[in-house]
Amino acid sequence: MKSPATGNALKILVPIKRVPDTDTRIRLKGDGSVDWDGVKFVINPFDAIALEEALRIGEKSGPVEIVVVSVGVEACVEQLRTGLAMGAERAILVRTDAALDPLAVAKFLVAVCLKENPNLILMGKQATDDDASQVGPMMAALLGWGQATFVSKVEFLENNTRIRCERETDAGIETLTMSLPALLTTDLRLNEPRYVSLPGIMKARKKPLQEISLAEISQTPSTRTRILKMEVPAKRKAGVRLAGVVELVDKLKNEATII
Amino acid sequence: MSNLLIVAELDESHLKAATLSAIGFARKVGEMAGGSFEVLIAGKDVSTIAESLRAYGAAAVLMADDDALKNPVADQFAQLVFDVARQRNASMVVGAVSTFSKDILPRAAALLDAGMLSDVVDAHKEGDQLIFKRAMYAGNIIATVSLEGNVRVFTVRAAAFAVPSKVSEISPLVPVALDVSKVTSRMEFVERKTKASTRPDPTEARVVVSGGRGVKSAEDFERLIGGLADAFGGAAGSSRALVDAGMAPNSLQIGQTGKMVAPDLYVAVGLSGAIQHLAGIKDSKVIVAINKDPEAPIFEVSDYGIVGDLYQLVPELIGLLKK
Ligand SMILES: Cc1cc2nc3c(=O)[nH]c(=O)nc-3n(C[C@H](O)[C@H](O)[C@H](O)COP(=O)(O)OP(=O)(O)OC[C@H]3O[C@@H](n4cnc5c(N)ncnc54)[C@H](O)[C@@H]3O)c2cc1C
Ligand SMILES: Nc1ncnc2c1ncn2[C@@H]1O[C@H](COP(=O)(O)O)[C@@H](O)[C@H]1O
Repeated sequence: MKSPATGNALKILVPIKRVPDTDTRIRLKGDGSVDWDGVKFVINPFDAIALEEALRIGEKSGPVEIVVVSVGVEACVEQLRTGLAMGAERAILVRTDAALDPLAVAKFLVAVCLKENPNLILMGKQATDDDASQVGPMMAALLGWGQATFVSKVEFLENNTRIRCERETDAGIETLTMSLPALLTTDLRLNEPRYVSLPGIMKARKKPLQEISLAEISQTPSTRTRILKMEVPAKRKAGVRLAGVVELVDKLKNEATII
Repeated sequence: MSNLLIVAELDESHLKAATLSAIGFARKVGEMAGGSFEVLIAGKDVSTIAESLRAYGAAAVLMADDDALKNPVADQFAQLVFDVARQRNASMVVGAVSTFSKDILPRAAALLDAGMLSDVVDAHKEGDQLIFKRAMYAGNIIATVSLEGNVRVFTVRAAAFAVPSKVSEISPLVPVALDVSKVTSRMEFVERKTKASTRPDPTEARVVVSGGRGVKSAEDFERLIGGLADAFGGAAGSSRALVDAGMAPNSLQIGQTGKMVAPDLYVAVGLSGAIQHLAGIKDSKVIVAINKDPEAPIFEVSDYGIVGDLYQLVPELIGLLKK
């Protein structure tokens, strides 16, 4: 670990979302609402990657203070505790039962940010429940910060005052630099998050977890998107097994008429 | 009356084909809600592309051609979209789903204080309200959603909206009166490493051939998956596993957290069909699976399946197709 004197102190805010485990097949009940019975919840995988990166930055370019923050229902405490067990120092829950859209969430997180004053925000490129991919760039806009989305590599420059990032884009790997404060969203290739250890879990119990109400950050939720209906898409049917490629080419030519 | 602003996207120095699908969405919404649409094309030396965009019935093609837009960064480009949307009084801002749109449009949406829907696959009118469809929970649920506000932002999935036909009336070309270089940026572009490929993008191809962990090396991926893609005249794709292993470029990852595709033919080779992968291929017309494990979940969604070793079957198939 570098001595604290070699770099400017970093404070990293990591927004984490509570989402259903990505391998769960979400089902609907008779009334058209989601059947949450037996569904396991986790930290959104991209947010776990963000937290892991924050921890590694601390281990490499320390000192850092890492704060995890979640907006949502009481049960988000579980994921915040997991974040603390991974190594974050403090956790904040912005407590609300309201169904929020990404812009509303971004506004709450920005309000927290203005209280906490981090110089880096590390978060997921997308939440695997709504797949919106919106909150990160929205926050960066509201804060007036630079952003690097889909980050697969992070490097600090000039005494932790600048940052160089590689981003995974449709066109290939893009590199950009910017000065802090900045907001990054993570892609899958950035790192592989650590597992929580037993000592980590023990320590997490004593770490501060603060709950704040919407009133405390003087915000009222205003959600513009409304889910009117949810449906299970028509299931694809398993087709036929073929003996080999000769039969396949025949089917593609004469039955599916694709080639 | 709606006034849509389509944000056109460049693929190197060409127009990204998916932009035309976004125009398809605009035409559909325009017909339902009444109103017109304009297309914004911003970049460096984009006059030829701007010219080509005049054939699709836009009320105007807005062109910002500036050195500062050669390699645009998010804060600057989002500011440009914001300024143009305000100037033109846009009530909807629309782009095709891509990493470019995901980087820029939510940022522009927040500047506009506008709600946003990502990955829209359908638009309808119910009463006098527009409603939209999009997938949630790795494609296990299709949600019907509404979006309120004077300005609304959308990304739309290319495969879901047909490329519109050309019209006889040519749209006026309007230069955007903005000094882009005066828009300050906190970010600096350094470089882009493109994997030069002669194959089409998987989101735009009629046939996509994807490889999974059953493929053992980057060379095999190029020879077998790339080779089969070429034999079909299509695109190559990959499961996450091969991208993580460094055997396939990240831009080829198909699935919930990669690219969503809906080609006429999807050929899944040596990949198991994990929930996150299926989320990205479910709307393909015909799915073919080649896998040595007869129990692999990919067979449950495939129209045609062959149980066997890809190292034997793929070269045979390439041979047959080349005949
Ligand atoms: C947050 C998150 C996001 C994700 N996003 C994506 C995504 O966008 N896209 C994606 O694809 N995955 C994604 N995944 C990963 C996904 O869960 C699976 O791990 C991945 O898709 C598996 O890849 P695979 O099918 O290639 O490998 P495996 O599941 O290991 O399957 C390999 C298959 O190859 C077959 N095989 C092996 N050898 C041969 C041979 N010689 N001949 C024929 N068949 C053979 C095997 O029978 C097996 O079925 C994501 C996971 C998470 C947690
Ligand atoms: N309710 C929430 N609480 C905390 N962070 C969130 C919340 N919703 C979204 N985020 C963050 O925003 C990222 C992108 O989410 P989304 O825009 O919904 O796909 C996630 O990876 C999280 O880092």
